[in-house]
Amino acid sequence: MLKDITIGQFFPGNSFIHKMDPRMKLVAVLLYIIMLFVASHPLSLIVGVALLAVMYAVSKIPAAMVLKSLKPVIPIIIFTSVLNVFFISGEPLFSWWLIEITKEGITMAVLMSVRIVCLIAGSSLLTYTTSPIELTDALERLMKPLNKIKVPVHELSMMMTIALRFIPTLIEETDKIISAQKARGADMETGGLMQRAKALIPILIPLFVSSFRRADELAMAMECRCYRGGEGRTRMKQLHLSPRDFVALIVVIAAFGGIIAMNMLLRP
Amino acid sequence: MAIIKTENLCHVYSEGTPFVKTAIDNINLEIEKGEMIGVIGHTGSGKSTLIQHFNGLLEPTSGKIYIDGQDLWESKEKLRQFRFKVGLVFQYPEYQLFEETVYKDIAFGPKNMGFSPEEVDARVREAAAFVGLKEKHMEQSPFELSGGQKRRVAIAGVMAMRPEVLILDEPTAGLDPKGRDRILGQIQEYHQEQKNTVLIVSHSMEDVARFAQKALVMNKSQVFMYDTVENVFEHANEISAMGLAVPQITRVFMKLAAKGYPVDPHVYTIEGAKKELLRVMNGQGGGK
Repeated sequence: MLKDITIGQFFPGNSFIHKMDPRMKLVAVLLYIIMLFVASHPLSLIVGVALLAVMYAVSKIPAAMVLKSLKPVIPIIIFTSVLNVFFISGEPLFSWWLIEITKEGITMAVLMSVRIVCLIAGSSLLTYTTSPIELTDALERLMKPLNKIKVPVHELSMMMTIALRFIPTLIEETDKIISAQKARGADMETGGLMQRAKALIPILIPLFVSSFRRADELAMAMECRCYRGGEGRTRMKQLHLSPRDFVALIVVIAAFGGIIAMNMLLRP
Repeated sequence: MAIIKTENLCHVYSEGTPFVKTAIDNINLEIEKGEMIGVIGHTGSGKSTLIQHFNGLLEPTSGKIYIDGQDLWESKEKLRQFRFKVGLVFQYPEYQLFEETVYKDIAFGPKNMGFSPEEVDARVREAAAFVGLKEKHMEQSPFELSGGQKRRVAIAGVMAMRPEVLILDEPTAGLDPKGRDRILGQIQEYHQEQKNTVLIVSHSMEDVARFAQKALVMNKSQVFMYDTVENVFEHANEISAMGLAVPQITRVFMKLAAKGYPVDPHVYTIEGAKKELLRVMNGQGGGK
């Protein structure tokens, strides 16, 4: 059951987007998100949706995956839509007792929902097409200037890499410990809240113990291979910007410009 | 009546995804009461999947399992009772210890079964004696013990449930030869005293030859053979071809026989080898 959880759902592939430099992908996604919030008119938001659709088509990620990534945000979309519909004042379309629905409210609700959908789908595209290791590499490189103000950028990204690496291991381990305690008659399916919380102890303690053991072993193994932080460390996989990345950047900037232009033109 | 019986048992992992894998395929087995069985097979041959079906940790994709003539998956409420009947010790069981003291950890299983404190105490002491844990260890934290001791505590934790069938998944993995012989010897003693059914998963044919009466050989998700150790080793060549090592001593005797020496190649233990050599040397007036 725990195996169903996927984090950093990377979809290996060979498309234009897969081959992009992860740094450029990060920058592009960031621009895209800003763009979504700059777009103030429903028509200009269509540009954002269209760009997203093209990107997904290019990346060859199945549409089912997009829907899967949107599932967890459905409650948020419903919640914001309801708030917008009922609490924005303006030209009333329908009113009954204390409830008043306005044209502006509906417009805003649609705008917000589309924005959230695009936001999630857009950032999911990044994690679908970029392996977690590439992603932390890109983050490390992009945040390098922060080193100047004594932010331990390399250490932070190393921590992230290790954490990502051990998620599947820990899931497997948890599964195994649950099975082992079940074999000893541990009852995790019945009982009240307190009983269920108590039933977790035989799982959490061995899990903690083995995590610490693993951390110790990993630290030892890293030290044996002379790991001593980021200073002077070179990389096996160098990140390179290629013409492809600039094409992508130009497309995103063009879309951004288009949206700003539409915003100005469409505002009466 | 067979204590464990399976009918066309199949298990498929991740069905309906690209990662689909058939772990066990159409297994029909009858395991009799009171036997000591070695389960051998290559990594990924389906051994671990098979044994996790015997106490209902995995639900079969298709097929049936009967424990003592009762259908294991008949009702979900009864499932827990079967877990007490069929005790399963996982690989590296020392990683499942969690209590403050060794005593409390061994008592976890019997307590879950709902026995009185006196009954729990009797079972804990009996199980601890089986695995050779001394009184002074009982109040120690299990995390202070050595690797071999931890493992014996974990095995005792399952033995204390007095299961009718005890299954151990590679109980000797990662132990030195001395620790391995010790644990296997204790399991054997336990088997002889309790007269219950014991299944030991192993990939060492040597261990199986030494301790088990019957061997269950798994290959490519199917049962390749289930027979007495003698009969299984008759097929030593096929077993070698599957990538499992036949005991060293058997290989020596097979080579001797192939070179024309008048020895019986079906020797599986050092003890047997000694007898066979003496027989040949005495019987043949010194022989070659």
